[in-house]
Amino acid sequence: MNNRYLQKEILRISGADVSKCMRCGKCSGTCPAYDEMEYHPHQFANMVESGDIEPLLNSQSLYKCLSCFACIDRCPRGVEPAKIVEAVRLLATRKQGANHMTANDVPAIVDEDTPQQLLVSAFRKYTK
Amino acid sequence: MKVSYFPGCTLKNKAKDLDIYAYKSADVLGVTLEEIENWQCCGGVFTTANDEVATKLSSVRALKYASDKNQPLVSVCSACHNVLKQTNYAMQTNTQFADKVNRYMAEDGAYNGETEVYHYLEMLRDLVTFDTLKEKVVNVLKGKKIAAYYGCLLLRPNTVMKMDDPENPTIMEDFIRALGADAVVYAKRNECCGGYISAQSPETAKKNSQAIIENAKAAGAEMIITACPLCKYNLVKSGADIPVVYFTELLAEALGVKEDTNE
Repeated sequence: MNNRYLQKEILRISGADVSKCMRCGKCSGTCPAYDEMEYHPHQFANMVESGDIEPLLNSQSLYKCLSCFACIDRCPRGVEPAKIVEAVRLLATRKQGANHMTANDVPAIVDEDTPQQLLVSAFRKYTK
Repeated sequence: MKVSYFPGCTLKNKAKDLDIYAYKSADVLGVTLEEIENWQCCGGVFTTANDEVATKLSSVRALKYASDKNQPLVSVCSACHNVLKQTNYAMQTNTQFADKVNRYMAEDGAYNGETEVYHYLEMLRDLVTFDTLKEKVVNVLKGKKIAAYYGCLLLRPNTVMKMDDPENPTIMEDFIRALGADAVVYAKRNECCGGYISAQSPETAKKNSQAIIENAKAAGAEMIITACPLCKYNLVKSGADIPVVYFTELLAEALGVKEDTNE
């Protein structure tokens, strides 16, 4: 499906230029979450370019990105795939009741050494 | 020299050693860390979305505070530094975003990215200088083989962070050498430990972290230093069998304001 409205939203939120992608795959090759992902960074760029947004919106891949910015720094064309993943994830989590994590999940996550930073970061990424 | 200091949530709780030894070492080096009054959590991770405004206000307020005092803004935590610096960059370069933010800044006054943002390591390199640091070392850490773990947040995205060469950084190795120890250089020092994924998939964090530790050990490391509480947590939880400590602990030990760092 070619969803021009969602495509425009993603480009507006991310500020990324997907048309610059030359399909080299370096972003996915360097991604530390590659093995966990259904759709990889280069596919995010390509699918957003063609307007094929729905599969991305419904994919767990949105929650696998580690925000390490490796794909952004190592892209030879300045496509900034992590910003695209972030924009699609926000489109998903901004819907009512679509948070990927809740306070009820916290007890199972924490141990005596858990840094506050872990919970703060996870909530920022997985919830809205 | 006086600087504005943003500690961050974890440094007042689980990462007290990062904070305490930053203060003690700064004292020895003639730097006064003036903690920002009523600082608020940076949020842990920078949101790259252009239309996210509220989540960046706490950082803007910290930056504005330093600007009012005409001081550089220094933080020790990699995550805080990354969020503060990326927010500052957005305020400098994205006028539409800055305009939206400044609508929330009526009480504090408008801010447009004037503050110089330093990580504590950059402060040591650029303001104190490693030569001066070397002169202040009383316990030379001679013979210790120490690996620097940069992780992601100090270096990337490089267009914004500009701390060092993002693929071949030297600032932490130069820091280790200034303390008299041997710097162990290894390939995975700027690869991701997994970060906040340990809230969802601890196995992923474990796999990434173990690969980093194994790589450091293979290069001869006897200890790993980091500036990030979450990196330290992930590395330790993955079963590290060499000590993983904050760089400020090592610094304080070399400056004679902390006991041995091996424990």
